[in-house]
Amino acid sequence: MILFWVVAVLSVASALTVVLHGNPVYCALALVMALFQVALMFVALDAHLLALLQVIVYAGAIVVLFLFVIMLLSLEPDVPSPGRYGMRAAAITLTVVLGVEVGAAVLLSEPGSPDPPPLDFGSTRMVAERLFTAHALPFELTSVLLLMAMVAAVVMARRHT
Amino acid sequence: MNPYAALLINAALCALVATLLLFMSRILGRRRGSTVKYEIFETGNPPIGSLRGTRFPVKFYLTAILFIIFDIEVVFMYPWAVAYRQLGWFGLAEMAVFVGVLAGGFAYIWRVGALEWD
Amino acid sequence: MDLIISFATALVALLICLQVTVLLLWIERKGSALIQDRVGADRATLFGGLLPFNLGIVNTMMADPLKLLTKEDIVPAAADRFLHWLAPWMAVFPLFLTFAVVPFGDVLVIGGRQINLQAVELPGGILFVLAMVSLGVYGVIVGGWASNSRYAFLGGVRGSAQMISYEIPMGLALVSVALTYGTLDLQEIARAQGQLMWGVVPAWGIFYQPIAFILLFIAGIAESKRAPFDLPEAESELVAGFQTEYSGSKMSMFMMSDFIEVAIVAALTTTLFFGGWQVPFLYRDGFHFAAGFTVTAPPLVVTLLQIVSFLVKVFVLCWIQILIRWSLPRLRYDQLMAFGWKRLLPVGLANVAASAVLVLLLEGWTGA
Repeated sequence: MILFWVVAVLSVASALTVVLHGNPVYCALALVMALFQVALMFVALDAHLLALLQVIVYAGAIVVLFLFVIMLLSLEPDVPSPGRYGMRAAAITLTVVLGVEVGAAVLLSEPGSPDPPPLDFGSTRMVAERLFTAHALPFELTSVLLLMAMVAAVVMARRHT
Repeated sequence: MNPYAALLINAALCALVATLLLFMSRILGRRRGSTVKYEIFETGNPPIGSLRGTRFPVKFYLTAILFIIFDIEVVFMYPWAVAYRQLGWFGLAEMAVFVGVLAGGFAYIWRVGALEWD
Repeated sequence: MDLIISFATALVALLICLQVTVLLLWIERKGSALIQDRVGADRATLFGGLLPFNLGIVNTMMADPLKLLTKEDIVPAAADRFLHWLAPWMAVFPLFLTFAVVPFGDVLVIGGRQINLQAVELPGGILFVLAMVSLGVYGVIVGGWASNSRYAFLGGVRGSAQMISYEIPMGLALVSVALTYGTLDLQEIARAQGQLMWGVVPAWGIFYQPIAFILLFIAGIAESKRAPFDLPEAESELVAGFQTEYSGSKMSMFMMSDFIEVAIVAALTTTLFFGGWQVPFLYRDGFHFAAGFTVTAPPLVVTLLQIVSFLVKVFVLCWIQILIRWSLPRLRYDQLMAFGWKRLLPVGLANVAASAVLVLLLEGWTGA
């Protein structure tokens, strides 16, 4: 239980850093921290495979890409621009609306009474067996998605040369 | 004992040792600064231009994106490999389609030359 | 009690990691001297020359690290202070943690308790190793960026691009191993290699997946940016690459990360392809040779033999890596990347395909 609170505080803190900090490299590193917290939450929910995949793919690959892009663009630390107060009001309003919606969804939903999950729930074998039999089509579609991403990246990058 | 609890203990221990190592020089070493010591090293000449303005080649970006895509592909292969004996020939065919599509993409980027000069 | 045992195994794993690293420093120095037909470092003495002899081991094991740790810690004025401190830590931490899932023995039976000699018994061991290797990239990128120096930055970017390029063949090699054993748990894989094929040859992984072994070994060496793949830290070209602006213990941490990765590649290869802690013909109650000839041994002796076997195999593989470093010329950066993407990746994919087909043909299908 203590662990949950530690993880929760750390993830909120790192997420806030991502959004508010001026230096983009620090933001990317705070994002790594936030993604780690998500992985820990997955562990708490018994989704072991997903936790490891979260670290490998998200924290290990995607944020590396973010860092590359940040360094490619050589971004200066953020400087507030004049038109910012209008944007700020809009952002705060939308955040409050989102908070109210999420709070309502959580408080008004009826707690179900879930059966205790089977012993190897979330383990690699169980995920595999479900994924490749019942969900084979989404799996194949993922490959098409990845193909699209590959080709798009190549096309975009070559336009610069 | 829950393996993840053991993992946390390990992580804490490793983090501690790493931090200790990090501060060793501060603790044990001397602190006699001078302007010359704090300059960036560029074989004697003052550095030209700031790092902020350097362009860096776009092929690194391309490498990173291709890495992500193939990493995701490899990551899909792991659960497949573990449950492989239960999935049998059907599983093999499935994965063959998956890898085939991505191998086609790989062949394309090879032909187009996106893997060059890196 | 469980907590104490867990802490103890964690400590042992970390100690193995550190000891192997320090010993590697010495082996590298003296080994390279041997290969290059010279004596190597031999000037440091104990107690200021009181003893009549001079051990090279004193120089590298004690004097070298001590020297590095007591040097002045210089942070360049233009550098980003926080990141400058963080980068070496990020380089070293995931590597220390990788040793937590490596099994260094079977079980230790003490006072009626069976202690699995693996600091963290993670069912997804192989994936965890891959995750830690993925995290190792950050030390390089941030290290290069933090120094705010052009040489360092370029070295950092090239180094990280190299590291991520070779993670994929590494992942593919590990997929074929997972395919062969049907599990991701390192201790289970080590245990599964205890049988004998045709009564004589130990069923080590290398006989089942030779190509995966070569792939993992090469990708591992490239991942740790050792020669012949060491252009990012090319000592004669980019000064010290991304490590240029580091001094004192931070520098030693980057160098340590190099040796720790050597140890990790060796430990991983041992566990997956050479039976880990398995000693041929040794089972939990003693030796079982052919024709029913057995030699019983108490469990503690068995465990000790297994740990020794593990360490010996790790050192042999480290030595092979050192040999490779001092025998082969350096690859140019574009050759390096081409090798990773155009040669190793297709070989990896082909290996997975071939293994998959073979597994189904030879073992049939236990499907539901």
